[in-house]
Amino acid sequence: MYKYDNYDQTIVNERVNQFRDQTERFLAGKLSEEEFRPLRLMNGLYVQRHAPMLRVAIPYGLLSSEQLRMLAHISRKYDKNYAHFSTRQNLQYNWPALESVPDILADLATVEMHAIQTSGNDIRNTTSDQFAGIAEDELEDPRPYCEIIRQWSTFHPEFSFLPRKFKIAVSGAKHDRAAVQVHDIGLYLVENDKGEIGFNVIVGGGLGRTPFIGPSIKPFLEKQDLLSYLEAILRVYNRYGRRDNMYKARIKILVNELGKEEFAKQVEEEWLHIKDGVMKLDQKEIDRVKAFFTSPEYDENAADDTSFAAAQESNKAFSNWVKRNLFPHKVAGYKAVVVSLKAPDIPPGDVTDVQMDHIADLAEQYSYSEIVVTHDQNLVLPNVKEADLFALWEKLAEQKLATPNIGLLTDIICCPGLDFCALANAGSIPIAKQINDKFDDLDYLHDIGDLKIKMSGCMNACGHHHVGHIGILGVDKKGVEFYQLTLGGSAENEASLGDRLGPGVAKEEVANVIGKLLDVYVEQRQEDEAFLETYRRVGIKPFKESVYASN
Amino acid sequence: MRVIKDKAVINDDWQLIRELDCSKPIPDGKVIIPFIDWQASRDELLKRDTEHAVWIDGDIETETLLGDLEHFSLIALDFPAFKDGRSYSHASLLRNRYNFKGDLRAIGDVLRDQLFFLQRCGISSYEVREDKDIEDALKSLDDFSVRYQAAADDAQPIYKQR
Repeated sequence: MYKYDNYDQTIVNERVNQFRDQTERFLAGKLSEEEFRPLRLMNGLYVQRHAPMLRVAIPYGLLSSEQLRMLAHISRKYDKNYAHFSTRQNLQYNWPALESVPDILADLATVEMHAIQTSGNDIRNTTSDQFAGIAEDELEDPRPYCEIIRQWSTFHPEFSFLPRKFKIAVSGAKHDRAAVQVHDIGLYLVENDKGEIGFNVIVGGGLGRTPFIGPSIKPFLEKQDLLSYLEAILRVYNRYGRRDNMYKARIKILVNELGKEEFAKQVEEEWLHIKDGVMKLDQKEIDRVKAFFTSPEYDENAADDTSFAAAQESNKAFSNWVKRNLFPHKVAGYKAVVVSLKAPDIPPGDVTDVQMDHIADLAEQYSYSEIVVTHDQNLVLPNVKEADLFALWEKLAEQKLATPNIGLLTDIICCPGLDFCALANAGSIPIAKQINDKFDDLDYLHDIGDLKIKMSGCMNACGHHHVGHIGILGVDKKGVEFYQLTLGGSAENEASLGDRLGPGVAKEEVANVIGKLLDVYVEQRQEDEAFLETYRRVGIKPFKESVYASN
Repeated sequence: MRVIKDKAVINDDWQLIRELDCSKPIPDGKVIIPFIDWQASRDELLKRDTEHAVWIDGDIETETLLGDLEHFSLIALDFPAFKDGRSYSHASLLRNRYNFKGDLRAIGDVLRDQLFFLQRCGISSYEVREDKDIEDALKSLDDFSVRYQAAADDAQPIYKQR
């Protein structure tokens, strides 16, 4: 993984000093609430329902064991012994005191971490594929480009006061696991007909109140032009993005209002001015950053192991976990392990200090000290030998981290909702619990198979409900929480926005309604068809009839 | 005006006129007037033996100034609110693309913690919001000693030094 040099460390250290000073000025009354607000937001600090919330950046989701231990330490020292992984591969603390945030940042800086641009109208943490570097279907590792983008975007002088927040995702695999098409800029590494690798540039995707699947405006961009082209897009957006209405300020609105062709033309014009200047990326720099993302020294004999197959034969629980929580590895004899943060009685994505320490230790022992945060709010140990899987599974289970539900109905994506968030209209964590309580039969869950339930407690869509196979949106109707369901959304290659099922359902009915939807699926499915495929084949009608018929 | 320039607080003899009084002639001397008014009275103003300066905000296209850049010794860029970042692009373009060599002055809702970004985009003087301590604001020009990306202040990205 990337290691800071003196320049990187200096920037982060100076940021700590700057924010300490800003916080002191605010506490001394020299900065008004309104003036402090954008400053704290640029550092991921929100004022929430109960207490401030601090969002820590985890660039493209990659953590070392040492960093995860520090995150655990901070949760013990400054918070309530737990933290929450977000859908953008970051980590959130829900209870830090404002006064202690500079000290938290100082602690983070000791392990090459920060909270820079984790909120605010600036370029946010660049996200990526959780299986980057190890996936069999990968054309090229996207992480070096994420790191190059991270450095370019950090304290970008021209683009720190954008009309609205700006999110970039990069994927290098055939299968999109980074929701690339619903980002402000999405980049796919692609190969052209000359065999060269570059980027397909998608712009103006997004969720929120006005969801869009982003169009491609540049099917092949050479690597050396990456930063100049991003700069051109951002400049057009900074100049012409709407600032009169915060709900219309995202780049997706500009792209939509201008039309894809006109927007692409404006970017092209801007780009031609700068593409051959100082913004042109040196191959030397690409190579330098790439050198940080090399493979570990894999055991050549890893594939000789027979114990893994034997353990699956003899242990049903282990074999269930193997079915759902492993991901194929490009090296024979290895697997990527998904650590489920979706145990039945715990809010999705939450993790305790003890669990964080435990995972850090296991990563050190079994996976070259690396951990990746997924945008489904789970964690990945990317490099585990098959011979070690049984021992690892047993140790994960000790801390309730081996729930065999990855990609299943109970692997819910969920925002913090009304329980924590100041924006939310409705609870989401209680609904996740309700779903877990109803669907507690593992055989049933495995039979239902791949199903992404995504839930947001308000239309800002932090839980990505538009792209859930089943999406759940919490709304408030005259003080009562209701839930609107959508079907057929997806953030993968064949991205689509969900269709609205019908009128909202009462809070206590959500899990029952999902039960009815699943009955329709079971009745209608053909052979190995997954929920989304069945839905795409049969359409919304039978689902609608089943849910609303009896009412 | 009392401004920060060359990392010091100075008083210079420019006078910012936010809105001209239409019933009177444009005042003589070193005045910074709205670009639209300058354009309207361009021929008459150019006859005057004085330095010219205008101010613009994000609603005006940077490129509208291009035919007249040579006449200005100062262009003031307005920040109606600190979160309105359009003038950062004005500054970058005027410095880098259109080679404006005169003084680029930030006016309006200009607060200490923006100065570092502004200076990187090529702003060369700052009128800090009246109710704020301008001496205090000076400090932020040195908030960071390392800059990752190329900008109008130093042409090279940091990786070239690595």
